[in-house]
Amino acid sequence: MTSKDQFTVIGQPLPKIDAWAKVTGETKFADDLIMPRMAYAKLLRSPHAHALIRSINTTRARALPGVYRVITGADLPPVKFGILPVSQDEEALCREKVRLVGDAVAAVAAVDEETAERACELIDVVYEPLRALMSIEESLAHPEVRIHEYGDGPNVHKSVALQFGDVEAAFAAADLVREDVFFFEGNTHLPMEQHAAVAHWGPDGKLTLWSSTQTPHYVHRMLAKILDVPAAHIRVIATPVGGGFGGKLDPFAHEIAVCKLSQLTGRPVKITLTREEVFYVHRGRHPVLMWIKTGFTRDGDITGCHLKTWLDGGAYGSYGVASVFYTGVINPATYKMPVYKFEGARIFTNKPPCGPKRGHGTPQPRFALECQLDKAAEQLGLDPADMRRRILVEPFTKTANHLTVTTIGLGECIDRVVEASGWREKRNGWPLRAPASPARSILGEARERAVEAPSRRRRGVGIACSAYMTGAGTAIYWNSMPHSGVILRADRSGGVAVLCGATDIGQGSDSILAYLPAEVLGIDPKDIRVHPADTDLTPVDLGSYSSRVTLMCGMAAIQAAERLKATIARAVAQKLEVAPDQLVFRDRRVGVPDDWDKAVPFPDAVALAESMHGVLAFAGSYAPPKRAGKYKGGGVGPSPCYSYSASVVELTVDEDTGEVELHDVWIAHDIGRALNPLLVEGQVEGSVYMGI
Amino acid sequence: MKARLGLTVNGEVHDVLVPVHKTLLEVLREDLGLTGTKHGCELGECGTCTVLVDGQPVLSCLALPVEMEGRDITTIEGMASGAELHPLQQAFAELGAAQCGYCTPGILLTAQALLVETPVPTRDAVKVALAGNLCRCTGYMKILDAVELAALRMRGAPVGEAR
Repeated sequence: MTSKDQFTVIGQPLPKIDAWAKVTGETKFADDLIMPRMAYAKLLRSPHAHALIRSINTTRARALPGVYRVITGADLPPVKFGILPVSQDEEALCREKVRLVGDAVAAVAAVDEETAERACELIDVVYEPLRALMSIEESLAHPEVRIHEYGDGPNVHKSVALQFGDVEAAFAAADLVREDVFFFEGNTHLPMEQHAAVAHWGPDGKLTLWSSTQTPHYVHRMLAKILDVPAAHIRVIATPVGGGFGGKLDPFAHEIAVCKLSQLTGRPVKITLTREEVFYVHRGRHPVLMWIKTGFTRDGDITGCHLKTWLDGGAYGSYGVASVFYTGVINPATYKMPVYKFEGARIFTNKPPCGPKRGHGTPQPRFALECQLDKAAEQLGLDPADMRRRILVEPFTKTANHLTVTTIGLGECIDRVVEASGWREKRNGWPLRAPASPARSILGEARERAVEAPSRRRRGVGIACSAYMTGAGTAIYWNSMPHSGVILRADRSGGVAVLCGATDIGQGSDSILAYLPAEVLGIDPKDIRVHPADTDLTPVDLGSYSSRVTLMCGMAAIQAAERLKATIARAVAQKLEVAPDQLVFRDRRVGVPDDWDKAVPFPDAVALAESMHGVLAFAGSYAPPKRAGKYKGGGVGPSPCYSYSASVVELTVDEDTGEVELHDVWIAHDIGRALNPLLVEGQVEGSVYMGI
Repeated sequence: MKARLGLTVNGEVHDVLVPVHKTLLEVLREDLGLTGTKHGCELGECGTCTVLVDGQPVLSCLALPVEMEGRDITTIEGMASGAELHPLQQAFAELGAAQCGYCTPGILLTAQALLVETPVPTRDAVKVALAGNLCRCTGYMKILDAVELAALRMRGAPVGEAR
């Protein structure tokens, strides 16, 4: 694959391969699975934000007709779990203590959902309420109340500090030093599909779990640990996910509960969370209190930056150790910051646990930095777009915190949105408002210009930029194995099967897995069947997070397809009595361009290869370049490459009420090559909408 | 208490014996196996479970089958004519208007009801009609585009390739 002109599949606005099943209702989400003898499960959840469990009595629940089984934490091995090896602090069913409203304490399997729910109401739990800590400030102010017994201090889950250069000297050399404080209040993913799972623990002692998860591999590992069963006896199948955005990245209590209930009842057991329960499960974007101090020259160059963040982590660790690093490590990937200091702390509170949501910890400090850049530009008399354009990170350089930036198209992104939005005309055309009170706008990047003098409603345009990883450079657990793998199987039918652990959460990963091999092999994506996300059948892919899937499973798919192609080429070359490198694969044929009449139809080419080599199955794998900085925490932030974006927003804000009326958004992304522009547009439009 | 009901779903009459408090959503999915109707918030807020009753969008999570006898219920499984997709389904697939696809059945049926009443809807009219159907993936733009494309095709207007 060299020049764009040679592509027939890549770059085309093709329908997703699963679009047809989705528009007809045929797609089977986890909640759509129905099995013979299937039982329905419900969890009993804590009504207290923080309490000791004195006793749990299930006698009345067990006596209810239609109830197959009631379990509590005592029925599970006494092992805690969590997505990160360093924060194993969750229990599927809490034994001694609950830490948020919604912590599960018991689970019921029954003939139907209604019976299971009634049984939950008949479980008698005696709690001893403890003081609930509901904010960063409260948790730090009350070290005598401990939500967990581990961490970097009372109610401090994780505290980190990184320093690259002498930040005080950098401030001393600056013409302008600004200190600002920002708070981001948090939000949640709210996928339209509630989490659901079905477990079947067969009489052979083998367990299968179907789950709406973005990370079947990590669920697989976790189940083996907490159920004390060899991973080889567990199969996790990720069903098509009805929206994820990071909310289905953790292993969850309900997944463990249905596995155990299936083992004990000998039935398949299904659970579907209610909308309310999804809010308890959460793992949404952390509320973050941010203090940022930055030095600028009079031309707008940054001399140094010092950022402190405090994250409201909620009640459990989740991805929090990564999240706290992410509030600090990606900011230097956009603008030149020769000196950088970052201190972050994630605080436990008695609220639903926060985790990774779309951009995992990076949108919050981005908000702070971009607001501060605007304030600095105003003080320095610089155009905010020009100032950003001037201080961009250079391509193929390392940031102060040792991130390797390869290509960066952010300058062109800025140019495009400035041009398309009429930025200069709008800024010049609107009279500057008089310098006024602080806290002028809830969208800090907005540059207000007075249009209606008597009113406090002001219309303006603002600009902001961003960067994010294209996949994390390191796995959640340190290892040197591939991050993604693909098996490609071809047979004499001419069909090609792609097996990959990747999970389609709507972003189109199944389609990517068809497009790339189709391009390499010169066949139609329709000739390819994609079998995703089944730990029995598919090579491991780490999961659908960090914008990693297209790049990582895509590279693995290309490698597998090239291997298959080479094998087919050898066989066809022998048949046509030409050299393999003379052959091209296109239009479902394999042949020499100058003698295309003799080109062999693809199914025949596969048959020739199968005759010569035996069964045709090839694997490809991908691991990102090893670029972790040689310091503690250096594993968070490196990526094979970064994507960039710039956006201009035009809006009217009422400065008294904070009410914002959005008029238009212009956004440009540097994403490399669009494998399918439809999918890219869908991701960009969806992310803008979610950002609003 | 259970009730024996005759429900007309996608033109076929089904005899069901169901508890009277069971919702239409549950009966469609659990008793009739029509899982294309998706289970959303079950609070009447998200529109995911929308079906058509006598051509009008109804939230099946808030509807009771005991009220549905003698009425025509259409689910996503009844939208295509045999093997031929409805123009809305075709346009949604072509334009990428379904990402995760969970809200898609409800949105398609709501749009179908709109286009029956208003064959030439303005973009604002499409927005109003779909205001009760939440989508978290697409940002709605491709959904609006797809409804407009389908409307054009249904009127036989000459339209080129989808893009």
